[in-house]
Amino acid sequence: MGQIVKTTAAIAGLLLSTPAFAGWEPSKPVEIVVAAGAGGASDQMARMMQAAIQKNHLMKQPMVVSLKGGASGAEALMYMKSSEGDPNKVLIAYSLIYMLPLSAKIPFNWRDLTPVSVIALDQFVLWDNASGPKTVKEFIDAAKAASAPFKMGGTGSKREDHVLTVFMEQKTGAKFSYLPYKSGGEAATQLVGGHTESNVNNPSENLEVWRAGQVRALCVFDKERISYKTKVTDTQSWNDIPTCKEEGLDVQYLMLRAMFLPGKVTQEQQAFYVDVFQKVTQTAEYKDYMEKQALKPIFFTGKDMVEFLEDDDKQNASLMNAAGFVAK
Amino acid sequence: MEAFGLLLHGFAVLLTWKTLLLMMVGLVLGIFVGVLPGLGGPNGVAILLPLTFTMDPTSAIVMLSCIYWGALFGGAITSILFNIPGEAWSVATTFDGYPMAQQGKAAEALTAAFTSSFIGSLVAVLLITFLAPMISSFALKFGPPEFFAVYLLTFCSFVGLGREAKHKTVISMSLGLLLAGVGMDTVSGQLRMTFGSAELLRGINFLVAVIGLFGISEILLTMEERLALRGHAAGISLRVVLSVWKDLPKYWVTLLRSSVIGCWLGITPGGAIAASFMGYNLAKRFSKDQESFGKGRIEGVFAPETAAHASGTSALLPMLALGIPGSGTAAILLGGLMVWGLNPGPLLFVEHKDFVWGLIASMYLGNVVGLVLVLTTVPIFASILRVPFAAVAPMIVVSCAIGAYAIQNAMFDIWLMLGFGVVGYVFKKIGIPLAPFTLALVLGSRAEDAFRLSMIGSGGDMKVFWSNGLVGGITTLAIVLLFWPVIDKAIAGLGRMLRPARA
Repeated sequence: MGQIVKTTAAIAGLLLSTPAFAGWEPSKPVEIVVAAGAGGASDQMARMMQAAIQKNHLMKQPMVVSLKGGASGAEALMYMKSSEGDPNKVLIAYSLIYMLPLSAKIPFNWRDLTPVSVIALDQFVLWDNASGPKTVKEFIDAAKAASAPFKMGGTGSKREDHVLTVFMEQKTGAKFSYLPYKSGGEAATQLVGGHTESNVNNPSENLEVWRAGQVRALCVFDKERISYKTKVTDTQSWNDIPTCKEEGLDVQYLMLRAMFLPGKVTQEQQAFYVDVFQKVTQTAEYKDYMEKQALKPIFFTGKDMVEFLEDDDKQNASLMNAAGFVAK
Repeated sequence: MEAFGLLLHGFAVLLTWKTLLLMMVGLVLGIFVGVLPGLGGPNGVAILLPLTFTMDPTSAIVMLSCIYWGALFGGAITSILFNIPGEAWSVATTFDGYPMAQQGKAAEALTAAFTSSFIGSLVAVLLITFLAPMISSFALKFGPPEFFAVYLLTFCSFVGLGREAKHKTVISMSLGLLLAGVGMDTVSGQLRMTFGSAELLRGINFLVAVIGLFGISEILLTMEERLALRGHAAGISLRVVLSVWKDLPKYWVTLLRSSVIGCWLGITPGGAIAASFMGYNLAKRFSKDQESFGKGRIEGVFAPETAAHASGTSALLPMLALGIPGSGTAAILLGGLMVWGLNPGPLLFVEHKDFVWGLIASMYLGNVVGLVLVLTTVPIFASILRVPFAAVAPMIVVSCAIGAYAIQNAMFDIWLMLGFGVVGYVFKKIGIPLAPFTLALVLGSRAEDAFRLSMIGSGGDMKVFWSNGLVGGITTLAIVLLFWPVIDKAIAGLGRMLRPARA
């Protein structure tokens, strides 16, 4: 059935775009839809791609970044859902595509969109204030001993940051009170100002305050250390941050960064964007960004991508269930 | 005096013909997007941002910041001529600016608005120049309780200092707070009051509401009354400008007060919007002739414009130093910086000195050039009023609709805008003030989040709002302002009781 729909769509696409024998190309400016606020990790990434595409002339039409972070990002998802058949909108997605439909019962399913490619995996790091405990063990002990629970800042409620906090509680027995902020940038400044004891921001969200020596990176929630060995702060590189497992806190989580088109676009249109984003991952801008913001460069497309998404979806759903965040 | 030396260096970089030309282009474009009702600063800057991608960083940032200044100046034009505020902080400018335009004093009102914008920005830039390092550490002191205290202060000053009947202010504010709750709740991650509608997920956009409440309702009222914009294009000349300037020293207290309020609220991250309202309310409270406010008093234009621009300018400081944008336009400017690999943060001032000081220098220059530019073009803008209403009204409605649509690319928002137009019309008829409604709509959800985060942090203990001098002081001030009419009477009564006793 799905094959028939796809074939019909492809034929319809061919009929509609008769002159495009040399492959489809957008005929008006392309929107990168960001499901988060200004300055967040998604926004930064979208700006990087905008610049990479424009500077390397990967596309004839200009690319504009469109911030749709309303309703914790649900605005962007609904926007993509309602843009069926429009090949001039690309969503830069992250784990909210699995989590939001579960926690807030948003009528959205990523399978309704057209997958283009997974372009990176993002890390999570446990951070505390530079004047706070120096190791994971000291941090957990201090959290347990504190009279009021430690405050953990994060982005949004019942999402990746919140899930990680719950898992830390389950593994260590320490209690945290989780403060949901509107963006990772806000969570970062609140940690620097001493209004929270810690956060689990993505590297890019805490990069500047880390370099300024205002926060400390305690551990990274991955199986292995981040590979980049260039010094980022005066004394440390991303590679110097131990994994949480090394430090006795066995929690792992990586988040996808992936591109989607709205549903019901033609295969040619899909192929055009697969090609564009594959080229993006080969630009200096992309490589530089990956290293600076400590992302894992990967590239999945086609069947590999769908398999990856299905696996990732299952894993996220089980985490959400275990954390008790699935709306009844 | 390291700052001074660096600033001079910044000027040296900027003073070339090419940069000055870019500045002019940026300003004109900025004014243009500011003037289109509803399109406003944020959308305009967003549209023009890609223009700068092909330039070198210095030129790009000069151009961008000039678009920003232009949009700020331009916002005042629509507020005064059409009663349609383009940005949140232009709302208070309409209170006296629009009546002035109706009385045929559009040129004076525009001159006053531009001049006070200039003064406000100038004070703020001076502040940025000399206090930058200190201020960024001040902004870091703000946690959830402090944020809530500032919002509370704004709400309370509205109820306590407003001229309108208290119960009407409270009704209006409560309705605004109610509508602010529509959509996704950040703290619980749940949807509220969306009734299963995907359109309501986003919540009610503040600008859509403002365009409807002020713009559309004004058109409805005018249609009902006499089908004519009652403003007459004033005889505009250098004389009008000079006569406004000559009176300027008389209002030095208002200008100074508004500048201080603006700077203070501007460096409080996210506090910029509250500034113009507070500047206006305080000017009114301390005026000897309170009744004439809202009826076309020039001071009522000076006060909010000075405060708005002082805060709009100083809001760039938390943006640069902490990465927290104070307004929609600043948020887009932030995006622009990132394209250049300039990540706002504490190190920006250390690592990219040339850029930061170039930007600050361009604030000075952009402001001066902008003032000259807008003043010379006042006649063109004011002459819009000479066009028959029947011709202007449809254009305003169309550009309002485009503006409302462009904010989120949603057709639903146009219906919402029309709905708010009717609400605004009814409110004006039954004498419910619109300003508390808009204020609650724009600050309501932030105030709620800040309150709930404070409560989570303190385990539900209200004492957190008096937990240190900063938050305690602001909270207490808020409560004093809320009960100000009562306190004012009590003091007056006490005075009367004491005087006969002495006599």
